[in-house]
Amino acid sequence: MASLVGSRVERKEDKRLLTGKGRYTADINIANQTYAVFVRSPHARAKIKKVDTSKALKASGVVGILTGEEIAADKIGGLIAGWAIRSEDGSEMKVPANPPLAKDSANFVGEPIAVVFAESLDEAKNAADIVKVDYKVLKGVINTADAMKGEAIHDGIDKNLCYDWLLGDRKAVDEAFSKADKIIKVDLINNRCVPNAMEPRACVVDYNTASEEITLYTTSQNPHLSRLIMSAFGGVAPENKLRVVAPDVGGGFGSKINVYNEEIVCSWASKKIERPIKWVAERTESFLTDTHGRDHVTHAELAVSNDGKFLGFKNETIANLGAYARVFGTVTPTYLFGPCATGVYIIPAAYSNVKAVYTNTAPVDAYRGAGRPEATYTIERLVEKAAMELGIDRTEIRMKNFPTEFPFKQTLIHTVDSGDYVAGLEKAKQMSDYNGFAARRKKSEANGKLRGIGVSSYFEACGIAPSAVVMSLGCGVGLWESSEVRFNPTGQVSVFTGAHSHGQGHDTTFAQIAADELGVTLETVDVVHGDTDKGTFGMGTYGSRSLAVGGIAIVNACRKIVAKGKRVAAKMLEVSEDEINFKDGEFVVTKSNKKKTIGEVAFACYLPGSRDSDFKSPLPEGEEPGLIESSFFDPANFSFPAGSHISEVEIDPDTGEVKVEKYTAVDDFGRIVNPLVVEGQVHGGIAQGIGQALHENTEYDETGQLITASYMDYTMPRADNFPEFNLGFTCTHATTNPLGVKGCGEAGAIASPPAIMNAVIDALDGQEISMPATAEKVWKACKLLKKSNSKAA
Amino acid sequence: MSKVTLEVNGKKVSKDVPNHTILSDFLRDNLNLTGTHVGCDTSQCGACVVHVDGKSIKSCSTLAADVDGSKVTTIEGLVKDGKMHPMQEAFKKMHGLQCGFCTPGMVMSAIDLLQNKKNPSDAEIRKWLEGNICRCTGYQNIVAAVKEAASKV
Repeated sequence: MASLVGSRVERKEDKRLLTGKGRYTADINIANQTYAVFVRSPHARAKIKKVDTSKALKASGVVGILTGEEIAADKIGGLIAGWAIRSEDGSEMKVPANPPLAKDSANFVGEPIAVVFAESLDEAKNAADIVKVDYKVLKGVINTADAMKGEAIHDGIDKNLCYDWLLGDRKAVDEAFSKADKIIKVDLINNRCVPNAMEPRACVVDYNTASEEITLYTTSQNPHLSRLIMSAFGGVAPENKLRVVAPDVGGGFGSKINVYNEEIVCSWASKKIERPIKWVAERTESFLTDTHGRDHVTHAELAVSNDGKFLGFKNETIANLGAYARVFGTVTPTYLFGPCATGVYIIPAAYSNVKAVYTNTAPVDAYRGAGRPEATYTIERLVEKAAMELGIDRTEIRMKNFPTEFPFKQTLIHTVDSGDYVAGLEKAKQMSDYNGFAARRKKSEANGKLRGIGVSSYFEACGIAPSAVVMSLGCGVGLWESSEVRFNPTGQVSVFTGAHSHGQGHDTTFAQIAADELGVTLETVDVVHGDTDKGTFGMGTYGSRSLAVGGIAIVNACRKIVAKGKRVAAKMLEVSEDEINFKDGEFVVTKSNKKKTIGEVAFACYLPGSRDSDFKSPLPEGEEPGLIESSFFDPANFSFPAGSHISEVEIDPDTGEVKVEKYTAVDDFGRIVNPLVVEGQVHGGIAQGIGQALHENTEYDETGQLITASYMDYTMPRADNFPEFNLGFTCTHATTNPLGVKGCGEAGAIASPPAIMNAVIDALDGQEISMPATAEKVWKACKLLKKSNSKAA
Repeated sequence: MSKVTLEVNGKKVSKDVPNHTILSDFLRDNLNLTGTHVGCDTSQCGACVVHVDGKSIKSCSTLAADVDGSKVTTIEGLVKDGKMHPMQEAFKKMHGLQCGFCTPGMVMSAIDLLQNKKNPSDAEIRKWLEGNICRCTGYQNIVAAVKEAASKV
């Protein structure tokens, strides 16, 4: 039987998604449902003096209106920060309360104040318009860099500072810097991005008055985690009375990790008004209230010797948390960022210092890559600049500082189990025809264009899991993953997973894994996820963890099935267990070639008796009937994908337009389960990173109004913004899981922003430019370039 | 209220709806054809693209009453005798979709491209899909799918 793992298997989920039979939250309607519309703060910062609902309550079709007063009276808890980060001085981080409906103050434009339920959406909208909120408008704190100088926006949080965190050794770094030949410095802004999953957030809630159970259909990457948070912290309902279903979900990218105000409010309210509730975000609501990503201001330095050896690294970053700290908000700019900021290099001394600040903007949380794109951008800008200043080839300086022995103990925290960074960069050079660049540049110049090349080598810590590690770093929960495998009596297999697919293709890839382990066909296996009433509790999908953590739970559960199957087969075949070999779905007696298929064994497990008095039970003594096994997998370490990406851009100096001419990505994801799916993940990640580097910017004006709050104003990359990406792979197996897999979901978004920016800056002769390198900015830079060139001439 | 009569996916339908009912809501709420998606409110994302009298249009910015009497084809109407349209098959084969949310609009738009141009180049495909945003795929496999379909149609 050919192995399914490693094959380009077409996706099982595609037929339903391609024929309009996908079932997204907004597609769900419940008889007698009401429509929710939220009254949101139009101000970035304001005291709420009074909320007057009297007129709106009388409006046509209104079923009810609820405000912060009622939700506080019912003691419904607020939104939470999932990770407790300590400051360098040992003090605990400062976290403001974040009620689901703001009662006393509003802290960003779009923050929900009240909610209207009506018989139709139009009526709900009309009534929401006449809810009168009396505000005392205050001057907001908007800008990341200046946030600590502004007035404190939350009571008791001095300087708007959540924490002042340090990882590493300042003294060792000072010493290393004192011995350096040269100090390379960069000042970087990692621009705020809006994740923009194409499906806007939505929820549909149904309260069953008989069972007193709430069913919440929602756009979540992690329904079990949502239920846990809503139950344990929100107090919305006990876990056994709250069912969370995340059906087909139209993309997440981190923005659908959090439990949001609307989900808590509608779940609580459905019980209160005893009617089902439907809420669907408009795109502008998504822009205003989905968690955003990135938003760092960084000063970083790299100490180098003249021959290009890296000696020390320092990173001083201010990270914008937005108005509130959310689930991954506080860990993204610390443990997901700091340790990776030394990149794929041996740097003997390093530190990362991060000050996380509150501002009157939308909360910032995980966005594809979460911390690791910011880390890679920091180190790869430094390395490229070092190569330029030292006059060493950009690939040579990287190779010179790559570790060549694994496990590699990286300077800050991580021990990387496996990798071959030299092989990755060599392959990328060859695939991109790196050596032919000079000729291509000449050709571009002959056409009046500027051409640049940029390299980005990265590693990342993903497969976010090891509970002992993450909990020691401040995580409020363990990040294992679970699976249950049910081998049904008639031969089909149901695989339940706590991970969640919102585009990743788990229906297919997880089925490939289970089918291989059990020796059954792909069609036999169904993957079930996204419903807390189906299958075991699981932590969900983010941090490229589904396969490296969730996939392994499936492997382990399958292996338990095979182990039990072997015991039963031995009894059935009247041999001892060690005389049996399991291969391709058959338990075979090695000596006699007598065998039982796994289907026959499963059948026997469920029917362990007979009306024939001579019949012997196929089950060994003490063995329970049935063939269902589960596993909770908690790996020993993160996994560490790595690679090198090389991009080439051409700039038209007359318009400033940057065209990505070539993009080569070579990645090491360990063993690959489905190349078709993995390539798709890499394409999407690269596109998102190029979007950040060249197009996307989230802009608040000085009063805190989001002026890029629709697709008219925020540049979503289109098909014609990209060339065809050229992908290659190297492979070193992860040593921390039985499949040797590492994870691939975020790599593209991690590697690509510096690959592009290094190329743009190379084209501009080293002139620094910030992301996004829009035509306007690049055109201005080209003008400066012309001036300095004409002066030089 | 307006009486809107359409032929949707080959079936005649007639409904009384408020005058301001947009076509995407008419399809989703009145006919339960939820394959047509709405991803923005500004006519940019293209998840709502359907065919009206054979041409691709954005159903989120079309009044249902305005297309009264037309023939409308949605993603649900592409399957014939249980078989997917070659464009749907090509998207599956080339992994031209991930989360699937933009996909119905993408497929409807791509079919119209091939009606206008038999063998479009990569650049022509990318240009045509300007009005369809995808956040998952980086568009590469969508382009590959359209080319694959072009070779089959």
